[in-house]
Amino acid sequence: MRNNFADEITKLAERDKRIVLLSGDIGNRLFDGFKAKAPGRFFNCGVAEANMMGMAAGLAMCGLRPVVYTIAPFTTTRVMEQIRVDVCYHDVPVVIVGVGSGLGYASLGATHHSCEDMAMLRALPGMSVLAPADPLEVRGVLRAALRHPGPSYIRMGKKGEPNVHREVPNIEIGRSLVVRDGVDVCLLAVGVMLPIALEAAEGLAGRGISARVVSVVSVKPLDEALLRDVFARFPVVASIEEHSLIGGFGAALAEWSADHGPVAARLLRFGTKDRFLHEAGETGHARERDGLTAHNIIERVTQALPCREAGKAVGAP
Amino acid sequence: MSGLADTSQLAAVAARLRGAVIDMSHAAGTPHLGSSLSCADIVAAAYWDALRIDPQRPYAPERDRFILSKGHAATTLYAALAFRGFFPEALLETYNKDGSRLAEHPGPNCIPGVEAATGSLGHGLPIALGMAIAGRLQGLSYRVYALLSDGECNEGSVWEAAMFAPAQKLENVCVIVDYNKWQATGRSNETLALAPLREKWAAFGWDAHEVDGHDLNAVCALMRDVPNGSGKPVAIIAHTVKGKGVSFMEDDNNWHYRIPSQKEVAEAKRQLGLA
Repeated sequence: MRNNFADEITKLAERDKRIVLLSGDIGNRLFDGFKAKAPGRFFNCGVAEANMMGMAAGLAMCGLRPVVYTIAPFTTTRVMEQIRVDVCYHDVPVVIVGVGSGLGYASLGATHHSCEDMAMLRALPGMSVLAPADPLEVRGVLRAALRHPGPSYIRMGKKGEPNVHREVPNIEIGRSLVVRDGVDVCLLAVGVMLPIALEAAEGLAGRGISARVVSVVSVKPLDEALLRDVFARFPVVASIEEHSLIGGFGAALAEWSADHGPVAARLLRFGTKDRFLHEAGETGHARERDGLTAHNIIERVTQALPCREAGKAVGAP
Repeated sequence: MSGLADTSQLAAVAARLRGAVIDMSHAAGTPHLGSSLSCADIVAAAYWDALRIDPQRPYAPERDRFILSKGHAATTLYAALAFRGFFPEALLETYNKDGSRLAEHPGPNCIPGVEAATGSLGHGLPIALGMAIAGRLQGLSYRVYALLSDGECNEGSVWEAAMFAPAQKLENVCVIVDYNKWQATGRSNETLALAPLREKWAAFGWDAHEVDGHDLNAVCALMRDVPNGSGKPVAIIAHTVKGKGVSFMEDDNNWHYRIPSQKEVAEAKRQLGLA
Protein backbone atom coordinates (compact mmCIF):
# COMPACT_ATOMS: atom_id res chain seq x y z
CA MET A 1 0.00 0.00 0.00
CA ARG A 2 2.78 2.41 0.87
CA ASN A 3 4.29 2.19 -2.60
CA ASN A 4 0.92 3.00 -4.13
CA PHE A 5 0.53 5.84 -1.68
CA ALA A 6 3.93 7.25 -2.61
CA ASP A 7 3.18 6.94 -6.32
CA GLU A 8 -0.28 8.45 -6.06
CA ILE A 9 0.76 11.38 -3.86
CA THR A 10 3.54 12.14 -6.32
CA LYS A 11 1.11 12.19 -9.25
CA LEU A 12 -1.37 14.35 -7.36
CA ALA A 13 1.36 16.75 -6.21
CA GLU A 14 2.50 17.26 -9.78
CA ARG A 15 -0.95 18.59 -10.62
CA ASP A 16 -1.71 20.36 -7.35
CA LYS A 17 1.05 22.65 -6.15
CA ARG A 18 -0.67 23.07 -2.79
CA ILE A 19 0.21 19.52 -1.73
CA VAL A 20 3.02 19.34 0.84
CA LEU A 21 4.26 16.04 2.27
CA LEU A 22 5.50 15.82 5.86
CA SER A 23 7.16 12.64 7.08
CA GLY A 24 8.23 11.68 10.57
CA ASP A 25 11.62 10.30 9.58
CA ILE A 26 10.32 7.20 7.85
CA GLY A 27 9.96 6.11 4.25
CA ASN A 28 13.63 5.93 3.40
CA ARG A 29 13.82 6.23 -0.44
CA LEU A 30 10.04 5.82 -0.61
CA PHE A 31 9.55 9.48 -1.49
CA ASP A 32 12.48 9.97 -3.86
CA GLY A 33 10.01 10.33 -6.71
CA PHE A 34 7.98 12.90 -4.81
CA LYS A 35 11.09 14.89 -3.98
CA ALA A 36 12.06 14.92 -7.66
CA LYS A 37 8.60 15.80 -8.99
CA ALA A 38 7.57 18.21 -6.22
CA PRO A 39 10.83 19.88 -5.21
CA GLY A 40 10.75 21.80 -1.95
CA ARG A 41 7.46 20.26 -0.91
CA PHE A 42 8.78 17.30 1.08
CA PHE A 43 9.79 17.83 4.69
CA ASN A 44 11.41 15.22 6.87
CA CYS A 45 10.18 16.58 10.18
CA GLY A 46 12.30 14.23 12.23
CA VAL A 47 11.08 12.10 15.09
CA ALA A 48 9.06 15.05 16.36
CA GLU A 49 5.46 14.29 15.55
CA ALA A 50 3.83 16.93 17.74
CA ASN A 51 5.64 19.69 15.88
CA MET A 52 4.94 17.95 12.56
CA MET A 53 1.18 17.91 13.19
CA GLY A 54 1.12 21.52 14.39
CA MET A 55 3.06 22.62 11.32
CA ALA A 56 0.63 20.76 9.09
CA ALA A 57 -2.19 22.76 10.65
CA GLY A 58 -0.27 25.99 10.07
CA LEU A 59 0.32 25.06 6.43
CA ALA A 60 -3.36 24.27 5.94
CA MET A 61 -4.40 27.56 7.54
CA CYS A 62 -2.43 29.28 4.79
CA GLY A 63 -4.19 27.42 1.98
CA LEU A 64 -1.82 24.50 1.41
CA ARG A 65 -2.79 20.81 1.47
CA PRO A 66 -0.45 19.07 3.91
CA VAL A 67 -0.27 15.29 4.08
CA VAL A 68 1.33 13.92 7.25
CA TYR A 69 2.88 10.47 7.02
CA THR A 70 4.38 8.14 9.56
CA ILE A 71 3.70 4.83 11.32
CA ALA A 72 0.08 4.74 12.49
CA PRO A 73 0.46 5.08 16.27
CA PHE A 74 2.89 7.97 15.91
CA THR A 75 0.68 9.99 13.60
CA THR A 76 -2.44 9.39 15.69
CA THR A 77 -2.46 8.47 19.37
CA ARG A 78 0.96 10.01 20.06
CA VAL A 79 -0.25 13.40 18.87
CA MET A 80 -3.93 13.33 19.79
CA GLU A 81 -3.67 16.77 21.38
CA GLN A 82 -2.24 18.33 18.21
CA ILE A 83 -4.81 16.59 16.01
CA ARG A 84 -7.61 17.70 18.30
CA VAL A 85 -6.57 21.33 18.84
CA ASP A 86 -4.47 22.29 15.82
CA VAL A 87 -6.24 20.29 13.13
CA CYS A 88 -9.81 19.56 14.20
CA TYR A 89 -10.58 22.65 16.31
CA HIS A 90 -9.41 24.79 13.39
CA ASP A 91 -11.22 22.47 10.95
CA VAL A 92 -8.40 22.59 8.42
CA PRO A 93 -7.82 20.06 5.63
CA VAL A 94 -4.87 18.11 6.94
CA VAL A 95 -4.62 14.55 5.62
CA ILE A 96 -3.16 12.27 8.28
CA VAL A 97 -1.77 9.00 6.97
CA GLY A 98 -0.90 6.10 9.25
CA VAL A 99 1.12 3.32 7.66
CA GLY A 100 1.10 -0.21 9.09
CA SER A 101 -2.04 0.45 11.07
CA GLY A 102 -3.68 -2.09 13.35
CA LEU A 103 -1.44 -5.11 13.59
CA GLY A 104 0.48 -4.35 10.38
CA TYR A 105 3.71 -4.06 12.31
CA ALA A 106 2.84 -6.87 14.72
CA SER A 107 6.41 -8.10 14.92
CA LEU A 108 7.68 -4.71 16.09
CA GLY A 109 5.73 -5.07 19.30
CA ALA A 110 2.81 -3.24 20.82
CA THR A 111 4.57 0.15 20.67
CA HIS A 112 4.03 -0.06 16.91
CA HIS A 113 0.50 -1.47 16.93
CA SER A 114 -2.43 0.89 16.54
CA CYS A 115 -5.61 -0.74 17.73
CA GLU A 116 -6.98 2.38 19.45
CA ASP A 117 -6.43 4.95 16.69
CA MET A 118 -9.91 4.81 15.17
CA ALA A 119 -11.57 4.96 18.59
CA MET A 120 -9.70 8.12 19.44
CA LEU A 121 -9.83 9.91 16.10
CA ARG A 122 -13.46 8.96 15.54
CA ALA A 123 -14.35 10.97 18.64
CA LEU A 124 -12.87 14.18 17.23
CA PRO A 125 -15.41 16.63 15.78
CA GLY A 126 -15.14 16.91 12.00
CA MET A 127 -12.58 14.15 11.55
CA SER A 128 -13.15 11.63 8.75
CA VAL A 129 -11.69 8.16 9.32
CA LEU A 130 -10.93 6.22 6.16
CA ALA A 131 -9.56 2.69 5.82
CA PRO A 132 -8.51 1.58 2.33
CA ALA A 133 -8.62 -2.18 1.82
CA ASP A 134 -6.16 -2.64 -1.02
CA PRO A 135 -3.49 -0.67 -2.91
CA LEU A 136 -6.06 0.61 -5.42
CA GLU A 137 -8.34 1.85 -2.67
CA VAL A 138 -5.35 3.70 -1.22
CA ARG A 139 -5.24 5.77 -4.38
CA GLY A 140 -8.97 6.41 -4.42
CA VAL A 141 -9.05 7.27 -0.72
CA LEU A 142 -6.14 9.67 -1.06
CA ARG A 143 -7.87 11.47 -3.93
CA ALA A 144 -11.07 11.73 -1.88
CA ALA A 145 -9.22 13.00 1.19
CA LEU A 146 -7.47 15.69 -0.83
CA ARG A 147 -10.81 16.80 -2.32
CA HIS A 148 -12.32 17.05 1.15
CA PRO A 149 -12.38 20.49 2.82
CA GLY A 150 -11.88 19.14 6.37
CA PRO A 151 -9.47 16.90 8.27
CA SER A 152 -9.15 13.22 7.46
CA TYR A 153 -7.26 10.18 8.66
CA ILE A 154 -6.21 7.44 6.25
CA ARG A 155 -5.62 4.19 8.08
CA MET A 156 -3.38 2.23 5.79
CA GLY A 157 -1.65 -1.16 5.70
CA LYS A 158 2.04 -1.38 4.88
CA LYS A 159 3.18 -3.33 1.84
CA GLY A 160 2.38 -6.39 -0.20
CA GLU A 161 -1.39 -6.33 0.30
CA PRO A 162 -3.19 -8.02 -2.61
CA ASN A 163 -5.36 -6.02 -4.98
CA VAL A 164 -9.03 -6.81 -4.51
CA HIS A 165 -10.26 -4.33 -7.08
CA ARG A 166 -9.30 -4.33 -10.75
CA GLU A 167 -9.12 -0.58 -11.05
CA VAL A 168 -9.03 2.41 -8.75
CA PRO A 169 -12.52 2.65 -7.27
CA ASN A 170 -14.25 6.00 -7.05
CA ILE A 171 -14.21 6.74 -3.34
CA GLU A 172 -16.56 9.11 -1.60
CA ILE A 173 -16.25 9.90 2.07
CA GLY A 174 -19.28 8.35 3.77
CA ARG A 175 -19.72 5.63 1.14
CA SER A 176 -18.76 1.97 1.33
CA LEU A 177 -18.02 -0.45 -1.50
CA VAL A 178 -19.88 -3.73 -1.95
CA VAL A 179 -17.26 -6.20 -3.11
CA ARG A 180 -19.29 -9.42 -3.20
CA ASP A 181 -23.01 -9.88 -2.97
CA GLY A 182 -24.87 -12.38 -0.84
CA VAL A 183 -28.10 -12.77 1.09
CA ASP A 184 -27.53 -14.58 4.41
CA VAL A 185 -24.91 -12.59 6.21
CA CYS A 186 -23.21 -9.28 5.62
CA LEU A 187 -19.50 -9.06 6.40
CA LEU A 188 -18.40 -5.46 6.88
CA ALA A 189 -14.61 -5.43 6.59
CA VAL A 190 -12.43 -2.50 7.61
CA GLY A 191 -9.31 -1.86 5.53
CA VAL A 192 -6.79 -4.67 5.34
CA MET A 193 -9.28 -7.18 6.75
CA LEU A 194 -11.13 -7.26 3.43
CA PRO A 195 -9.18 -10.26 2.01
CA ILE A 196 -9.88 -12.20 5.23
CA ALA A 197 -13.58 -11.38 4.87
CA LEU A 198 -13.56 -12.57 1.27
CA GLU A 199 -11.82 -15.78 2.33
CA ALA A 200 -14.50 -16.25 4.99
CA ALA A 201 -17.21 -15.66 2.39
CA GLU A 202 -15.71 -18.41 0.25
CA GLY A 203 -15.69 -20.76 3.22
CA LEU A 204 -19.27 -19.88 4.12
CA ALA A 205 -20.32 -20.50 0.54
CA GLY A 206 -18.95 -24.02 0.94
CA ARG A 207 -21.44 -24.43 3.79
CA GLY A 208 -24.29 -23.10 1.72
CA ILE A 209 -24.23 -19.68 3.34
CA SER A 210 -24.22 -16.72 1.04
CA ALA A 211 -22.26 -13.69 2.33
CA ARG A 212 -22.26 -10.13 1.14
CA VAL A 213 -18.85 -8.57 1.65
CA VAL A 214 -18.39 -4.84 1.99
CA SER A 215 -15.26 -2.76 2.14
CA VAL A 216 -16.32 -0.22 4.72
CA VAL A 217 -13.78 2.42 3.57
CA SER A 218 -15.45 5.21 5.53
CA VAL A 219 -15.49 4.41 9.24
CA LYS A 220 -16.51 7.97 9.93
CA PRO A 221 -18.82 9.25 8.62
CA LEU A 222 -20.66 5.93 8.38
CA ASP A 223 -22.43 4.95 5.18
CA GLU A 224 -25.88 5.50 6.65
CA ALA A 225 -27.81 4.33 3.59
CA LEU A 226 -25.85 1.11 3.45
CA LEU A 227 -26.32 0.44 7.17
CA ARG A 228 -30.07 1.06 6.99
CA ASP A 229 -30.30 -1.46 4.19
CA VAL A 230 -27.95 -4.00 5.70
CA PHE A 231 -29.52 -4.03 9.16
CA ALA A 232 -32.99 -4.42 7.61
CA ARG A 233 -32.01 -7.11 5.16
CA PHE A 234 -29.59 -9.46 6.90
CA PRO A 235 -30.18 -11.61 10.01
CA VAL A 236 -26.48 -11.43 10.84
CA VAL A 237 -24.15 -8.49 10.34
CA ALA A 238 -20.47 -8.82 11.19
CA SER A 239 -17.81 -6.16 11.67
CA ILE A 240 -14.24 -7.21 11.02
CA GLU A 241 -11.38 -4.90 11.94
CA GLU A 242 -7.78 -4.91 13.10
CA HIS A 243 -8.74 -2.63 15.95
CA SER A 244 -9.96 -2.86 19.50
CA LEU A 245 -13.56 -3.89 20.02
CA ILE A 246 -13.72 -0.78 22.18
CA GLY A 247 -14.44 2.32 20.16
CA GLY A 248 -13.71 1.04 16.67
CA PHE A 249 -15.97 0.31 13.72
CA GLY A 250 -17.83 -2.51 15.50
CA ALA A 251 -18.50 -0.14 18.35
CA ALA A 252 -19.70 2.47 15.86
CA LEU A 253 -22.12 -0.11 14.47
CA ALA A 254 -23.40 -0.90 17.96
CA GLU A 255 -23.91 2.82 18.55
CA TRP A 256 -25.63 3.18 15.20
CA SER A 257 -27.99 0.26 15.80
CA ALA A 258 -28.83 1.56 19.27
CA ASP A 259 -29.64 4.97 17.83
CA HIS A 260 -31.59 3.62 14.86
CA GLY A 261 -33.14 0.53 16.40
CA PRO A 262 -34.68 -1.64 17.15
CA VAL A 263 -32.81 -3.70 14.59
CA ALA A 264 -33.50 -7.37 14.19
CA ALA A 265 -30.06 -8.28 12.91
CA ARG A 266 -27.57 -9.99 15.17
CA LEU A 267 -24.33 -7.98 15.27
CA LEU A 268 -21.13 -10.02 15.47
CA ARG A 269 -17.99 -8.04 16.14
CA PHE A 270 -14.50 -9.23 15.25
CA GLY A 271 -11.63 -7.14 16.57
CA THR A 272 -8.71 -7.07 18.94
CA LYS A 273 -9.18 -7.75 22.61
CA ASP A 274 -8.75 -5.40 25.54
CA ARG A 275 -5.10 -6.21 26.14
CA PHE A 276 -1.66 -5.64 24.66
CA LEU A 277 0.15 -8.38 22.84
CA HIS A 278 3.19 -9.42 24.85
CA GLU A 279 4.77 -11.87 22.45
CA ALA A 280 6.71 -11.84 19.22
CA GLY A 281 5.12 -12.82 15.96
CA GLU A 282 3.99 -11.70 12.53
CA THR A 283 0.65 -10.12 11.66
CA GLY A 284 -0.96 -13.50 10.98
CA HIS A 285 0.01 -14.74 14.41
CA ALA A 286 -1.30 -11.61 16.11
CA ARG A 287 -4.60 -11.87 14.21
CA GLU A 288 -4.93 -15.49 15.21
CA ARG A 289 -4.59 -14.58 18.88
CA ASP A 290 -7.61 -12.30 18.55
CA GLY A 291 -9.71 -14.53 16.31
CA LEU A 292 -9.24 -12.35 13.26
CA THR A 293 -9.16 -15.34 10.91
CA ALA A 294 -11.43 -16.58 8.17
CA HIS A 295 -11.84 -19.82 10.10
CA ASN A 296 -13.12 -18.09 13.24
CA ILE A 297 -15.41 -15.83 11.23
CA ILE A 298 -16.90 -18.84 9.44
CA GLU A 299 -17.52 -20.66 12.72
CA ARG A 300 -19.10 -17.77 14.56
CA VAL A 301 -21.26 -16.71 11.64
CA THR A 302 -22.49 -20.26 11.14
CA GLN A 303 -23.40 -20.53 14.81
CA ALA A 304 -25.12 -17.17 14.83
CA LEU A 305 -27.38 -17.86 11.90
CA PRO A 306 -30.89 -18.99 12.80
CA CYS A 307 -31.65 -22.71 12.44
CA ARG A 308 -31.89 -23.57 8.83
CA GLU A 309 -32.32 -26.51 6.58
CA ALA A 310 -29.07 -27.81 5.26
CA GLY A 311 -28.18 -26.28 1.95
CA LYS A 312 -30.93 -23.67 2.06
CA ALA A 313 -29.96 -20.08 2.33
CA VAL A 314 -31.53 -18.63 5.44
CA GLY A 315 -32.02 -15.08 4.32
CA ALA A 316 -33.52 -16.06 1.01
CA PRO A 317 -37.19 -15.29 0.64
CA MET B 1 3.01 49.54 10.94
CA SER B 2 1.03 52.30 12.49
CA GLY B 3 3.94 54.72 12.53
CA LEU B 4 3.67 55.90 16.11
CA ALA B 5 6.10 58.76 16.37
CA ASP B 6 7.76 57.87 19.63
CA THR B 7 7.73 55.41 22.44
CA SER B 8 5.81 57.68 24.79
CA GLN B 9 2.81 57.15 22.55
CA LEU B 10 3.52 53.43 22.57
CA ALA B 11 3.76 53.51 26.35
CA ALA B 12 0.38 55.19 26.47
CA VAL B 13 -1.03 52.41 24.27
CA ALA B 14 0.43 49.78 26.59
CA ALA B 15 -1.09 51.51 29.62
CA ARG B 16 -4.44 51.56 27.87
CA LEU B 17 -4.13 47.83 27.11
CA ARG B 18 -3.39 47.22 30.79
CA GLY B 19 -6.43 49.21 31.83
CA ALA B 20 -8.60 47.22 29.44
CA VAL B 21 -7.41 43.82 30.64
CA ILE B 22 -7.97 44.84 34.26
CA ASP B 23 -11.49 45.97 33.38
CA MET B 24 -12.20 42.74 31.52
CA SER B 25 -10.85 40.57 34.34
CA HIS B 26 -12.98 42.44 36.85
CA ALA B 27 -16.14 42.49 34.76
CA ALA B 28 -15.94 38.86 33.66
CA GLY B 29 -14.36 37.44 36.80
CA THR B 30 -11.60 35.77 34.83
CA PRO B 31 -8.04 34.98 35.96
CA HIS B 32 -4.58 35.27 34.34
CA LEU B 33 -4.37 39.00 34.96
CA GLY B 34 -0.67 38.85 35.89
CA SER B 35 0.12 37.09 32.60
CA SER B 36 -1.89 39.57 30.57
CA LEU B 37 -0.10 42.50 32.17
CA SER B 38 3.41 41.11 31.74
CA CYS B 39 3.08 40.90 27.96
CA ALA B 40 1.24 44.18 27.36
CA ASP B 41 4.37 46.05 26.21
CA ILE B 42 5.34 43.24 23.84
CA VAL B 43 1.84 43.14 22.34
CA ALA B 44 1.85 46.93 21.97
CA ALA B 45 5.25 46.78 20.25
CA ALA B 46 3.91 44.11 17.89
CA TYR B 47 0.62 45.71 16.87
CA TRP B 48 1.67 49.37 16.90
CA ASP B 49 5.18 48.99 15.54
CA ALA B 50 6.65 45.73 14.27
CA LEU B 51 3.81 43.99 12.44
CA ARG B 52 3.04 44.74 8.79
CA ILE B 53 -0.71 44.50 9.09
CA ASP B 54 -3.78 46.30 7.88
CA PRO B 55 -6.78 45.97 10.21
CA GLN B 56 -9.01 46.62 7.20
CA ARG B 57 -7.58 43.56 5.45
CA PRO B 58 -7.19 41.02 8.26
CA TYR B 59 -6.91 38.05 5.89
CA ALA B 60 -4.49 39.59 3.37
CA PRO B 61 -2.17 36.75 2.31
CA GLU B 62 0.94 38.92 2.68
CA ARG B 63 0.22 40.08 6.25
CA ASP B 64 2.54 39.35 9.13
CA ARG B 65 1.11 36.77 11.52
CA PHE B 66 1.13 37.13 15.30
CA ILE B 67 0.18 34.08 17.35
CA LEU B 68 -0.53 34.48 21.03
CA SER B 69 0.73 31.04 21.97
CA LYS B 70 0.20 31.90 25.65
CA GLY B 71 -3.52 31.99 24.99
CA HIS B 72 -4.37 32.67 28.64
CA ALA B 73 -3.35 36.30 28.00
CA ALA B 74 -6.26 36.58 25.56
CA THR B 75 -7.55 39.82 27.05
CA THR B 76 -4.35 41.61 26.01
CA LEU B 77 -4.76 40.34 22.46
CA TYR B 78 -8.47 41.21 22.31
CA ALA B 79 -7.81 44.73 23.60
CA ALA B 80 -4.97 45.25 21.12
CA LEU B 81 -7.04 44.03 18.17
CA ALA B 82 -9.98 46.22 19.18
CA PHE B 83 -7.89 49.34 19.79
CA ARG B 84 -6.02 48.73 16.55
CA GLY B 85 -9.30 48.64 14.65
CA PHE B 86 -9.78 44.96 13.82
CA PHE B 87 -13.21 45.03 15.45
CA PRO B 88 -15.35 47.51 17.39
CA GLU B 89 -14.15 48.28 20.90
CA ALA B 90 -17.68 47.80 22.22
CA LEU B 91 -17.26 44.08 21.59
CA LEU B 92 -14.74 43.94 24.44
CA GLU B 93 -17.66 44.39 26.81
CA THR B 94 -19.03 41.01 25.70
CA TYR B 95 -15.82 39.25 26.83
CA ASN B 96 -16.64 35.89 28.40
CA LYS B 97 -20.39 36.51 28.33
CA ASP B 98 -22.62 33.61 27.24
CA GLY B 99 -22.62 33.41 23.47
CA SER B 100 -19.79 35.94 23.01
CA ARG B 101 -17.12 35.46 20.36
CA LEU B 102 -14.50 36.45 22.94
CA ALA B 103 -13.88 33.48 25.21
CA GLU B 104 -11.26 33.15 27.94
CA HIS B 105 -8.96 31.62 25.36
CA PRO B 106 -9.18 32.69 21.72
CA GLY B 107 -11.03 30.28 19.45
CA PRO B 108 -10.26 29.66 15.77
CA ASN B 109 -11.28 32.69 13.69
CA CYS B 110 -13.27 33.93 16.67
CA ILE B 111 -12.66 37.50 15.60
CA PRO B 112 -10.65 39.14 12.79
CA GLY B 113 -6.98 39.29 13.75
CA VAL B 114 -6.85 36.10 15.80
CA GLU B 115 -4.53 33.91 13.73
CA ALA B 116 -4.81 30.68 15.71
CA ALA B 117 -6.79 29.22 18.56
CA THR B 118 -4.63 28.84 21.62
CA GLY B 119 -5.07 27.98 25.26
CA SER B 120 -3.41 24.61 25.46
CA LEU B 121 0.28 25.50 25.68
CA GLY B 122 2.97 24.47 23.24
CA HIS B 123 0.84 24.74 20.11
CA GLY B 124 1.54 28.22 18.77
CA LEU B 125 5.10 27.74 17.63
CA PRO B 126 4.55 24.61 15.49
CA ILE B 127 1.59 26.34 13.85
CA ALA B 128 3.78 29.40 13.29
CA LEU B 129 6.41 27.26 11.57
CA GLY B 130 3.78 25.79 9.26
CA MET B 131 2.67 29.29 8.36
CA ALA B 132 6.28 30.31 7.73
CA ILE B 133 6.86 27.36 5.39
CA ALA B 134 3.61 28.20 3.60
CA GLY B 135 4.88 31.74 3.04
CA ARG B 136 8.12 30.46 1.63
CA LEU B 137 6.34 28.02 -0.72
CA GLN B 138 3.93 30.72 -1.88
CA GLY B 139 6.65 33.32 -2.43
CA LEU B 140 5.34 35.62 0.28
CA SER B 141 7.81 37.40 2.54
CA TYR B 142 5.62 37.80 5.62
CA ARG B 143 6.99 37.21 9.09
CA VAL B 144 5.42 34.99 11.76
CA TYR B 145 5.65 35.95 15.42
CA ALA B 146 4.80 33.65 18.30
CA LEU B 147 4.53 34.94 21.85
CA LEU B 148 5.23 32.18 24.37
CA SER B 149 5.17 32.21 28.14
CA ASP B 150 8.11 30.95 30.15
CA GLY B 151 5.92 28.27 31.71
CA GLU B 152 4.96 27.23 28.20
CA CYS B 153 8.59 26.33 27.55
CA ASN B 154 7.92 23.30 29.77
CA GLU B 155 6.15 21.74 26.80
CA GLY B 156 8.19 19.32 24.69
CA SER B 157 6.50 20.46 21.50
CA VAL B 158 8.17 23.87 21.93
CA TRP B 159 11.57 22.24 21.74
CA GLU B 160 10.61 19.99 18.82
CA ALA B 161 9.73 23.17 16.96
CA ALA B 162 12.84 24.92 18.26
CA MET B 163 14.95 22.23 16.58
CA PHE B 164 12.99 22.27 13.35
CA ALA B 165 13.02 25.98 12.52
CA PRO B 166 16.82 26.44 12.32
CA ALA B 167 17.16 23.22 10.32
CA GLN B 168 14.95 24.80 7.65
CA LYS B 169 16.50 28.25 8.15
CA LEU B 170 13.10 29.78 8.86
CA GLU B 171 14.55 33.23 9.36
CA ASN B 172 11.15 34.91 9.04
CA VAL B 173 10.06 33.38 12.34
CA CYS B 174 10.35 35.25 15.60
CA VAL B 175 9.67 33.78 19.05
CA ILE B 176 9.18 36.11 21.98
CA VAL B 177 9.28 34.49 25.40
CA ASP B 178 7.46 36.52 28.03
CA TYR B 179 9.93 35.59 30.77
CA ASN B 180 8.09 36.78 33.87
CA LYS B 181 9.70 34.09 36.05
CA TRP B 182 6.41 32.63 37.24
CA GLN B 183 4.18 29.86 36.07
CA ALA B 184 0.75 29.03 37.44
CA THR B 185 1.79 27.63 40.79
CA GLY B 186 5.44 28.47 41.29
CA ARG B 187 8.68 30.06 40.15
CA SER B 188 9.36 28.86 36.61
CA ASN B 189 13.00 28.16 37.34
CA GLU B 190 12.16 26.09 40.39
CA THR B 191 9.48 24.11 38.56
CA LEU B 192 11.66 22.95 35.68
CA ALA B 193 15.26 23.90 34.89
CA LEU B 194 14.44 26.65 32.42
CA ALA B 195 17.57 28.77 32.81
CA PRO B 196 19.68 29.69 31.01
CA LEU B 197 16.90 30.42 28.57
CA ARG B 198 18.67 32.60 26.00
CA GLU B 199 21.52 30.12 25.85
CA LYS B 200 19.06 27.26 25.34
CA TRP B 201 17.46 28.93 22.33
CA ALA B 202 20.91 29.89 21.00
CA ALA B 203 22.11 26.32 21.44
CA PHE B 204 19.07 25.13 19.48
CA GLY B 205 20.22 27.28 16.57
CA TRP B 206 18.29 30.53 17.03
CA ASP B 207 19.60 34.04 16.89
CA ALA B 208 18.70 34.60 20.52
CA HIS B 209 18.55 37.92 22.32
CA GLU B 210 17.79 39.02 25.84
CA VAL B 211 15.94 42.22 26.43
CA ASP B 212 14.03 44.10 29.09
CA GLY B 213 10.53 43.22 27.96
CA HIS B 214 9.21 46.55 29.18
CA ASP B 215 11.80 48.61 27.27
CA LEU B 216 9.63 49.47 24.31
CA ASN B 217 12.48 50.88 22.22
CA ALA B 218 14.54 47.74 22.63
CA VAL B 219 11.62 45.36 22.06
CA CYS B 220 10.50 47.22 18.93
CA ALA B 221 14.03 47.26 17.52
CA LEU B 222 14.38 43.49 17.87
CA MET B 223 10.89 42.67 16.63
CA ARG B 224 11.16 44.94 13.60
CA ASP B 225 14.45 43.37 12.59
CA VAL B 226 13.11 40.03 11.32
CA PRO B 227 14.71 38.49 9.35
CA ASN B 228 17.85 40.03 10.71
CA GLY B 229 20.49 38.77 8.33
CA SER B 230 21.72 36.03 10.66
CA GLY B 231 20.07 33.38 8.51
CA LYS B 232 18.46 32.05 11.68
CA PRO B 233 15.05 32.34 13.27
CA VAL B 234 14.98 35.00 15.95
CA ALA B 235 14.31 34.36 19.64
CA ILE B 236 13.71 37.27 21.97
CA ILE B 237 13.90 36.39 25.64
CA ALA B 238 11.97 39.27 27.13
CA HIS B 239 12.56 39.72 30.85
CA THR B 240 9.28 40.88 32.25
CA VAL B 241 7.50 41.37 35.53
CA LYS B 242 4.29 39.48 36.08
CA GLY B 243 1.53 41.97 36.86
CA LYS B 244 3.66 44.82 35.44
CA GLY B 245 2.26 48.31 35.82
CA VAL B 246 0.30 47.89 39.04
CA SER B 247 2.41 48.02 42.19
CA PHE B 248 0.36 45.59 44.22
CA MET B 249 0.21 43.04 41.40
CA GLU B 250 3.85 43.14 40.31
CA ASP B 251 5.72 39.88 40.87
CA ASP B 252 2.90 38.58 43.07
CA ASN B 253 1.79 35.28 41.60
CA ASN B 254 -1.53 35.40 43.43
CA TRP B 255 -2.58 37.51 40.47
CA HIS B 256 -2.33 34.50 38.22
CA TYR B 257 -5.78 33.65 39.56
CA ARG B 258 -7.06 36.60 41.60
CA ILE B 259 -9.85 38.81 40.30
CA PRO B 260 -9.50 42.52 41.12
CA SER B 261 -12.17 44.23 43.21
CA GLN B 262 -13.79 47.51 42.21
CA LYS B 263 -11.44 49.33 44.56
CA GLU B 264 -8.38 47.55 43.18
CA VAL B 265 -9.43 48.39 39.63
CA ALA B 266 -9.66 52.07 40.58
CA GLU B 267 -6.26 52.08 42.23
CA ALA B 268 -4.68 50.19 39.33
CA LYS B 269 -6.08 52.68 36.83
CA ARG B 270 -4.80 55.55 38.94
CA GLN B 271 -1.32 54.03 38.90
CA LEU B 272 -1.51 53.52 35.14
CA GLY B 273 -2.43 57.15 34.67
CA LEU B 274 -5.85 56.21 33.30
CA ALA B 275 -8.03 57.51 36.11
